[in-house]
Amino acid sequence: MTLNAILITGRTINQGATIENKTSSDYQEATALCELNSKDIGLLGIKPGSRISVKTDHGDVVVKLKENNGNPDGLAFIPMGPWANAVVDPDTKGCGMPGFKGIKARLEPTDNKVLSMKELIARYK
Amino acid sequence: MTIITDALCPFCGCVCDDLTIIVENNKITDIKNACKLGASKIMGHHRIKAPMMRADKKSDFKEVSFDEAINEAAQILFKSKRPLMYGWASALCEVHKKGILLAEEVGAIIDNTATVCHAPSTLAVHEKGLPSATLGQVKNRSDVTVFWGSNPVHAHPRHMGRYSVFAKGFFQEKGRKGRKVIVVDVRKTETAAMADEFVQLQQGSDYLVISALRAILSGHADVVPESVGGVPKEQLVKLVDTLKAAKFGSIFFGMGLTQSISRYKNIDNAISLITELNAFTKYVISPMRGHYNVTGFGQVCTWETGFATAVDFARGAPYYNPGETAANDVLLRKETDAAMIIAGDAGAHFPADSVRHLARIPVVQIDPYWNPTTEVSNVVIPVAICGVEVEGTAYRMDGVSLRMRKMIEPTLPTDVEVLDRITERVRELRGE
Repeated sequence: MTLNAILITGRTINQGATIENKTSSDYQEATALCELNSKDIGLLGIKPGSRISVKTDHGDVVVKLKENNGNPDGLAFIPMGPWANAVVDPDTKGCGMPGFKGIKARLEPTDNKVLSMKELIARYK
Repeated sequence: MTIITDALCPFCGCVCDDLTIIVENNKITDIKNACKLGASKIMGHHRIKAPMMRADKKSDFKEVSFDEAINEAAQILFKSKRPLMYGWASALCEVHKKGILLAEEVGAIIDNTATVCHAPSTLAVHEKGLPSATLGQVKNRSDVTVFWGSNPVHAHPRHMGRYSVFAKGFFQEKGRKGRKVIVVDVRKTETAAMADEFVQLQQGSDYLVISALRAILSGHADVVPESVGGVPKEQLVKLVDTLKAAKFGSIFFGMGLTQSISRYKNIDNAISLITELNAFTKYVISPMRGHYNVTGFGQVCTWETGFATAVDFARGAPYYNPGETAANDVLLRKETDAAMIIAGDAGAHFPADSVRHLARIPVVQIDPYWNPTTEVSNVVIPVAICGVEVEGTAYRMDGVSLRMRKMIEPTLPTDVEVLDRITERVRELRGE
């Protein structure tokens, strides 16, 4: 099933604690994830820890699903970093700042693997 | 064993100055008082050990000498018609000064990490000014503290303890009990869970909610609809009463305002709200700056060029127009033909299309750590860590300048030494 959500990105403590160690699995664990509330996770029909595909008009990425019941319905959160930035809106709206928050996203369960940082960046070469 | 007391933390904009560092044989073995973020940086991670180069970005790096790497970096900047020099926030003001000089000499665009953080706040300050205060004033006086689109539990873990919520101050002897804490956010964050009042708004409706608060404050509650941005009017009216009852109120805002639709206009509107609240009582507003010295780059760049960031030297004189001259603007237009990324990580923190362009052009990275920018670089020059291995000046998020201390001796050159040598080589190439 596909869940239409509004995506925001931002800092987390674990993202920050691994920010100078971006080749580590700890960094991937901290940032290659998407938080939804339990109701939205239920709509997707999968469990936290499963892999989901996040698609926007600007790209697609596979990350792990995480439960966060602080999120309102229909709001997805991915910690800032290369996985989030694979799908954010690059348009700087005439003031230099890309659209890191408020992006329309389509979320689906997937069997595809979560790319490592190096594999993810290799897609751009 | 050496014990360094009152050491300063080179992680976030709080620049906590009460750390105790234990050093044995030039290695940091223990740290006290730091949060998880500061401790992780100061205790250290894998470092890039030697300079590296490659012609083809799909091939592996080869280790080279510093002379070779510095020469290649200078050649890239010298040959470029539209170089971008980006990053700077994890470096000291002494580094910024050298970087701005080099940018001027090669006619580069120089931009810092604020471009994906608080640069829209700077645009708003151009419009409205910034009625602000030091964190010391907040600690001693603030009895109503608002976090709007900011989440200090995650991003600035000691802000609430040292300054804004739990701290006991001269006129705030009761600490947390004497302060009313309000959080405005899209999500119920851990910070929101600790607040007295949580205002949950719909994503992207900050501008509307601020406008509604201004209308209520100016006595026009009658024109405000029953719900604004998902927030009941009743809650907004109550919120205005709480804000007005403060003796000294402070608002700390984050990416919830700068990165949402409306960008700098959100902050422009928030500053207007603060200005109007000052007709009733004392209010201040401050950005929650991310990196420990992102504020410092704005200071140095302003006194050197007249502008805080996104400065284009292509015309020979500083020119500034975010939307045209910010890092992502020139990358997305595929305009820049070479980049130097230093003390910041565009590869991790820029949108995919910007990183795609970086992958197509010559890139020089100056950084202690291997990160996504390394993956799209041709020349990588490892350096000492500012604030851990190098002393110098940093500006805390409230604009207070502080002297960062050296905790251990560096084993690699400093950013200043590398920039000096690149500048010298560029001058040689130009026949000067």
